[in-house]
Amino acid sequence: MTEKKESSLFEKKLIAPAIRDAFKKLDPRSLVKNPVMFITAIGATLTTLEFAFATRSRFNLQIAVWLWFTVLFANFSEAIAEGRGKAQAESLRKTKTTAKARLLKGKTETVVNATDLRKGDLVVCESGDLIPGDGEVAEGIATVDESAITGESAPVVREAGGDRSAVTGGTRVLSDRIVVRITTETGDGFIDRMIRLVEGAKRQKTPNEIALNILLAGLTLIFLLAVGSLKLFADYSGMAAGQDLSGVVTMPVLISLLVCLIPTTIGGLLSAIGISGMDRLIRKNVVAMSGRAVEAAGDIDVLLLDKTGTITLGNRMAADFFPAPGVAGKALAERSQLASLADETPEGRSIVVLAKEKYSLRADHYDAKHTDFVPFTAQTRMSGIDLEENGRTTRIRKGAADAVAKFVAELGGRMPAETKAEVDRIGRLGGTPLVVCEEASILGVIYLKDVVKGGIRERFAELRQMGIRTVMITGDNPLTAAAIAAEAGVDDFIAEATPEDKLRKIRSEQERGHLVAMTGDGTNDAPALAQADVGVAMNSGTQAAREAGNMVDLDSSPTKLIEIVETGKQLLMTRGSLTTFSIANDVAKYFAIIPALFATLYATGGGVGPLSRLNVMGLATPESAILSAVIFNAIVIVFLIPLALRGVKYRPLGAAAILRRNILVYGLGGLVAPFIGIKLIDLALQAGGFV
Amino acid sequence: MNRFDWIQVLVTLFVLIACAPLLGRFFHRVFTAKGGLVGRFVDESEMDWKRYAWSVIVFNGIGLVVVYLFQILQQSLPLNPAGLPAVTWHSAINTAVSFVTNTNWQGYAGETTMSSLTQMAALTVQNFVSAATGMAVAVALMRGMTRKSTADLGNFWSDLVRGTLYILLPFSVVFSLVLAGEGVVQTFSSNVEVVTLEGAKQTIPLGPAASQIAIKQLGTNGGGFFNTNSAFPLENPTPLSNWLEMLAILLLPAGFALSFGEFAGSRRQGWALFAAMLVFLVGALGVSLWSEFGGHPAFPGVAWMEGKETRFGVVNSVIWSVFTTAASNGSVNAMHSSLTPLAGGVSMFLIMLGEIVFGGLGSGLYGMILFAILTVFIAGLMVGRSPEYLGKKIEAREIQMAILAVLLPSAVVLIGTAASVVLPAGLSSLSAAGPHGFSEILYALTSAANNNGSAFAGLNANTPYYNLLLAFAMLVGRFGVIFPVLAIAGNLAGKKIAPASSGTFATDSPLFVLLLVGVILIVGGLTFFPALVLGPIVEHLLILGGRTF
Repeated sequence: MTEKKESSLFEKKLIAPAIRDAFKKLDPRSLVKNPVMFITAIGATLTTLEFAFATRSRFNLQIAVWLWFTVLFANFSEAIAEGRGKAQAESLRKTKTTAKARLLKGKTETVVNATDLRKGDLVVCESGDLIPGDGEVAEGIATVDESAITGESAPVVREAGGDRSAVTGGTRVLSDRIVVRITTETGDGFIDRMIRLVEGAKRQKTPNEIALNILLAGLTLIFLLAVGSLKLFADYSGMAAGQDLSGVVTMPVLISLLVCLIPTTIGGLLSAIGISGMDRLIRKNVVAMSGRAVEAAGDIDVLLLDKTGTITLGNRMAADFFPAPGVAGKALAERSQLASLADETPEGRSIVVLAKEKYSLRADHYDAKHTDFVPFTAQTRMSGIDLEENGRTTRIRKGAADAVAKFVAELGGRMPAETKAEVDRIGRLGGTPLVVCEEASILGVIYLKDVVKGGIRERFAELRQMGIRTVMITGDNPLTAAAIAAEAGVDDFIAEATPEDKLRKIRSEQERGHLVAMTGDGTNDAPALAQADVGVAMNSGTQAAREAGNMVDLDSSPTKLIEIVETGKQLLMTRGSLTTFSIANDVAKYFAIIPALFATLYATGGGVGPLSRLNVMGLATPESAILSAVIFNAIVIVFLIPLALRGVKYRPLGAAAILRRNILVYGLGGLVAPFIGIKLIDLALQAGGFV
Repeated sequence: MNRFDWIQVLVTLFVLIACAPLLGRFFHRVFTAKGGLVGRFVDESEMDWKRYAWSVIVFNGIGLVVVYLFQILQQSLPLNPAGLPAVTWHSAINTAVSFVTNTNWQGYAGETTMSSLTQMAALTVQNFVSAATGMAVAVALMRGMTRKSTADLGNFWSDLVRGTLYILLPFSVVFSLVLAGEGVVQTFSSNVEVVTLEGAKQTIPLGPAASQIAIKQLGTNGGGFFNTNSAFPLENPTPLSNWLEMLAILLLPAGFALSFGEFAGSRRQGWALFAAMLVFLVGALGVSLWSEFGGHPAFPGVAWMEGKETRFGVVNSVIWSVFTTAASNGSVNAMHSSLTPLAGGVSMFLIMLGEIVFGGLGSGLYGMILFAILTVFIAGLMVGRSPEYLGKKIEAREIQMAILAVLLPSAVVLIGTAASVVLPAGLSSLSAAGPHGFSEILYALTSAANNNGSAFAGLNANTPYYNLLLAFAMLVGRFGVIFPVLAIAGNLAGKKIAPASSGTFATDSPLFVLLLVGVILIVGGLTFFPALVLGPIVEHLLILGGRTF
């Protein structure tokens, strides 16, 4: 279903509104939030005024136009990123309509507007009703269609008590009746928060974004000084050379130099990167409660993963039969299969399947009339079958070793030492031994094994390469846990874990400077979710868990955590790469503009001056050089919008390898690209006769 | 360059690189020791960054007043054999700031302005303690970077005393004796008058020079006893004294750079910063030597001997010029105005980078760490984690302070130069025209704002305008960096240390060194590209075309 939501980067219907928004964002009140673009806009204004009232040259007009384009392109990148979020918010908002709620007071129901509900109110929802607000099922059980937020059409069960009690406002009850206790105030519900996030309207800058903004503002200030002082340096040089440079070192030219030097590329794309990072997460059906959490996800170096469902398939499967001395393997398999025929648990079914696969046993020749199934009970801790053959009843049982040993002991049998050894061995391997007996004789052992998911070991190896440690959390005993940990390739495990253990583990890892992420769904996970740096609550979980975490996974998939970490890393990488690119660009721009400014300085006899030697690109004329640099500076923003929205390509590699690659592409590329780009634009300007 | 020139360059670099690790370990021990002799006299209780900074202000404030008073009152104080009058108020302010900030810019001629008492009790004392202040601040920063969840940065007074007592004093005493052995004067007797061979009378200035020369070189001070600094035979008599004085410029800062690795618990971290410094040093040496030996178009193949110290030759003057501007030393054995435009530009560029190529004692290291923080921030993001340095998260506060510390000295250089090239008060002190005149002013501001103290010569800076402007530049260049550095130290100390993993941005790899060099060039260097173009670069190109100024 994530496929469905995936849209091309530039949907046609998004472009027109984004262009409109790009102009709207020229409002100084919104520009001032971005110091780099604010300076650029001031420069554009001054150049326009210069053209309008002072020097009406074609060159000045072109500079002014391209400076405005620079600002507009930056605005456009932000608008398109927001537009993609808005499109999603629109579909969410539809679910919010003007729902009515059936407020329950005592025994009486009154119909009120959903917006009038308060925290703690009880409302009734029956099949067909929209749930009016976020809350918890106080009474009853119902199937709910949550496709509005998850995109998943299969209904889910929500019931009072337990770990599936949370309901979300805007979802629809399909069957049955539930009473919901509202847990959030109007306007602060899950969908409201999601809308706010995807729209980026109240987007708070993240800590790293704030720091980067300070850096960019600082660099802008430095270059402002460099260019401002250059005017006076030029005056002195002109005076010293006995030349008049005032016609060359003009205000539009200095503004061009300034705009080229200040980090417009990253300054223009910064907020688009942030918004689209959030957006990418939402496309993976994860709602982050803040941008801060997305950023923290990139820093995670310890993952706490529940064993069941994440690392293993969730159920134990029969893996092998170990017959007792004197018993044929096939006989054991056949008896085991019989004992499991009525066992509808996944374990039971897996025994039937294993017997069929290994010995081609079908168990279809038994007459159900003469059999009596014995279900598992907590008292006997065994299950099995009673067969009536020739008037005699044969009891076949399978169960925990001690329970079966007791059973045969009462009938005068005993467990052979070999079987006992086998039981211990399986325990050590991390499996669960099931002993099978027929009356007083032990037939052997079934080896039940936790099946580790395919590919998970490789995934953990990747994570390790990225510097992320995985810790498996399981309720199993330490022996079993160790065996599964070894098989799955996790770095550490906590056996017989209680929710308090999780909390303690998170605290101790954080104490040592690690950043920890975990997933959880139960109410007892809430403290750990709140303590973790990234706490991902399952959407299917309780309201308490969803409140405690800083992300909610709408798919309730335990492996989602890994994708979340990748998205966070990708966001930071994109930011760093484009910053490096932007700063590296400056070298070429200096070499375009400085020689252009001072080409005639100390020139003798009307020729070119010594500084034209610095014109390493061989740009045609000073005007053309300056204009080319300004144009390159503007259109590079447009070229990089797709990258900002999509993020730089992420690969699960170690830091050193990623760095080498990104430096090569964005650092070295950032040095070289503008030399080529400016030269090409210069050639085009010449060819087109623009200068 | 002949074979011996090459050997000298290589041997000098080799000795420097060989001594640095030993010194680094020694410095680390000095500053991590507790109690002992110092502990008996100094309260060594821990300070947070604000108290540490406040102690720096108090100590340096007192220093300023004391040095000022010595100069103003020297005519009525003892040990004034030449009967020198009081120093002018503006020169006294300039000199007080200059010596307290470890700049040692000298707008005056030492032997004809300062009494022996002023030289010894005011100036030489500051030579020690200003260097010790720099070390203390660097040590506080290193503590902040390596301690965990605390506000404590150590004790300024303890650091000051330990740095002076265990590092600067012993090294200076030994070095003074060696220099005196080579013939540097060390006496309280007044000037002597001799009759030269031509029968003319000449006054030969004397004084307690050797002791000041030792610390001026070791403590990256650079303020000479005599006006012509180490070009003067009584300050620098023999080739051996010249080589030792040259080496002494970089010796302690190089060792200090490596003490970073000792504090960080990983020597590679220290070597990474050291390597970045070395890249600039070797690069600067290369360009300068190439330019000096390249010859003038009119005399191809002849080294530029004009203005060089004839006793030592071009190579020694060039190595010295590079070393003294790489470190914030500022002593000279040839006037930088006489370097080729490009070599002069290299000297200027080294200072413009912020005195981080080994730099001032302590200040070079913390300046380099500031750039390392910026590098970590810009490039560190590229590995997909929020940036960390030595396991400490680099966040808004650190960036704010690091940018401030880079911005302030640059702003003073640019604004000060811009004002001076248009104001009559600025232009009237010039001795040369054209781009060379521009370089004179640019160099003065650059030297002051980055606490180097060397002069291009030519510019008459002993005027109220320049004395006050440069005093302001020196103050901003020193404390405009120290306070942000201490703020960073305080902020980092309070953070946890994230353990390194394969997902961490490595700050001890050759790639990091490369990035660091790149960031220094682009962020620290490109700011001055236009200014350098209009000064040394255009002059170089003009000379190639046959014009001089």
